[in-house]
Amino acid sequence: MSKRNLLALYGNFEEAELVVKELRAASISGFNAGDDMVVKSPIEHPEVEEFLGDKPVYVQWFTLVGAVMGGLLGFFLISGGQANFYMQLKGGKPIVPFPPNFILTYEMFILGGVFITILGFLVCAGLPAKRSSLYSRKVSEDNIAILVEVEEAAVSAIRAIFVKHKALEIQEEAGK
Amino acid sequence: MKDIREDIAWVKINQDVMKSLENPRKLYWVILFCAICAFGVGVSCEIYQYRTGMGVANLNNPQVWGLYIATFIFWIGMSHSGTLLSAILHLMHADWRKPIYRFAEAMTTFSLMTAGLFVLVHIGRLWQFYYSLPYPNERGIWPNFQSPLLWDAMAIFTYLSSSILFLFVGMIPDLAIARDNMADGWRRKLYTLLALGWEGTDRQWRNFRVTYLTIACFLIPLAVSVHSIVASDFAMSQAPGWHVTSFPPYFVAGALYSGCAAIITLFIILRYTFRFEEYMTKSILKKIVRLTFAIAMVWTYLNAVEFAAVWYSHDEASKAVLIQKATGTYAPFWWGMIFCGSVVPLVFAFERFQTNIPVLFATSLLLNLGMWLERWMIIAPTFSHGLYPWTWDHDQWPSMVQWGMVFGSFGWFTLLFMIFCKVFPSVSMYEVKEMVYHRTLHLKKSEAAEQGAH
Repeated sequence: MSKRNLLALYGNFEEAELVVKELRAASISGFNAGDDMVVKSPIEHPEVEEFLGDKPVYVQWFTLVGAVMGGLLGFFLISGGQANFYMQLKGGKPIVPFPPNFILTYEMFILGGVFITILGFLVCAGLPAKRSSLYSRKVSEDNIAILVEVEEAAVSAIRAIFVKHKALEIQEEAGK
Repeated sequence: MKDIREDIAWVKINQDVMKSLENPRKLYWVILFCAICAFGVGVSCEIYQYRTGMGVANLNNPQVWGLYIATFIFWIGMSHSGTLLSAILHLMHADWRKPIYRFAEAMTTFSLMTAGLFVLVHIGRLWQFYYSLPYPNERGIWPNFQSPLLWDAMAIFTYLSSSILFLFVGMIPDLAIARDNMADGWRRKLYTLLALGWEGTDRQWRNFRVTYLTIACFLIPLAVSVHSIVASDFAMSQAPGWHVTSFPPYFVAGALYSGCAAIITLFIILRYTFRFEEYMTKSILKKIVRLTFAIAMVWTYLNAVEFAAVWYSHDEASKAVLIQKATGTYAPFWWGMIFCGSVVPLVFAFERFQTNIPVLFATSLLLNLGMWLERWMIIAPTFSHGLYPWTWDHDQWPSMVQWGMVFGSFGWFTLLFMIFCKVFPSVSMYEVKEMVYHRTLHLKKSEAAEQGAH
């Protein structure tokens, strides 16, 4: 069955929260509130997460892997370089000295952590992305947008909920 | 006095900041012109030095570092302001930082880029720079991994690349706002490209928050490591005046100090030039001034610790350098450093000066003069009065080429910074909105509680 996208704009978080709650409570066939709903907001808003419910964030795993890999890579590259240069007279000092290598390892630990965290952010946030079919620049000003993807049969029910809560604007477009 | 008005409309925040990208006051162009001229002087000096040889810099034995490395440390120090405002105050939930942290982050990036230039300038043989890079080569040699100079290069590279990424990631939501509000043209194309398709979805914000916090956590130890490694360039040597245990914290405090002073200077310039009076308020300025005063006192204390440690250590060579600093050729500059770094900030202790813009502007410039003198006074006196009397050279004076390059570095930094502020939003729009939103909520709650009490 073909799907449609609907986007409703609201002027405040309280109203948007009520809409989300009602969409969740209403059992509309052809609409899954968990997967088919996206809330767009102009600021990082903890309340959005509260009313949408906890969703996992995996960026920290990228951070962990990046930092560990960066540290290991740094240590072994440096130690490899030192071991490769063994003919240099060290005056009784070790060929691979740990204290100075620790400092470079530390820097590479951070470098790897930061770079891979950014990569993780891009992967987890789905960026870079094409702009979605329904978008209003008012979201970057002060409006909250609720974007839903529903089967055609459910469009009128969803639209009724949006209208009931006095949406400032409703956009509709044919989806997949 | 409020940090920001609670009734300011979000649309207006967008409009005001977007206007700053197009229509600054005339002073902007005057500053830009002066910066280009100063940078031109620096470039001319570098070309002259490159073509003629390092001799024109008047660097010799024992004065091998001169103003180049002193100014390098100064610019590295300046970079700590961004980390302080973005990362440390972010973790402490100090929301007054929100309207001003973006330009402090830009300061970090550009001051690191300026510092990097001095390493190249000081090398002299620019075409052999790649010798210092660690890569397998047919010469069969590697840089010395035990040397703090190599740690320094690694730390600065890490700090620069991380700062650029931190600045960029924090700017993505604002770039999306700029993309949505800008008329067609090169700017819109640029913002569209850099915004990466950001739409402010819950998924994007969720991951954004964690990423920003994580990088902030990485940046704090990184910033401390960068300047303590720079301190190690000195403290790990046996030279009198440098072989001091307290050097790393002393350097870090000095870095935060000069960074904060520079924030005050640029705050005042941006506030006027881009008409940011509503966002860069006097209340926020007052907070930075108080922070700077506290750091100034920490710096003064660490200075006293260093002098006392040298004085009571019975290390005659170090003591001789300290006496030479206070009474020898460099005495006017050394006492100038003490005056600018420890006496001038006492102005900040008086409440009536904490929001007096002309006084603060002049004071912040004097503080940074003091901090630049500090770096010079770390380097020159030790070289001029080392362990061996036959190497003493108290009368060495940097050549005009060195002074020209130092002057040019200020032009280069200002040029980059002013271009950045004209091309990218120098006030974080989404964070100012957050600040307004949370303060409005707080106000509503207080009013409701008050009504309930009645």
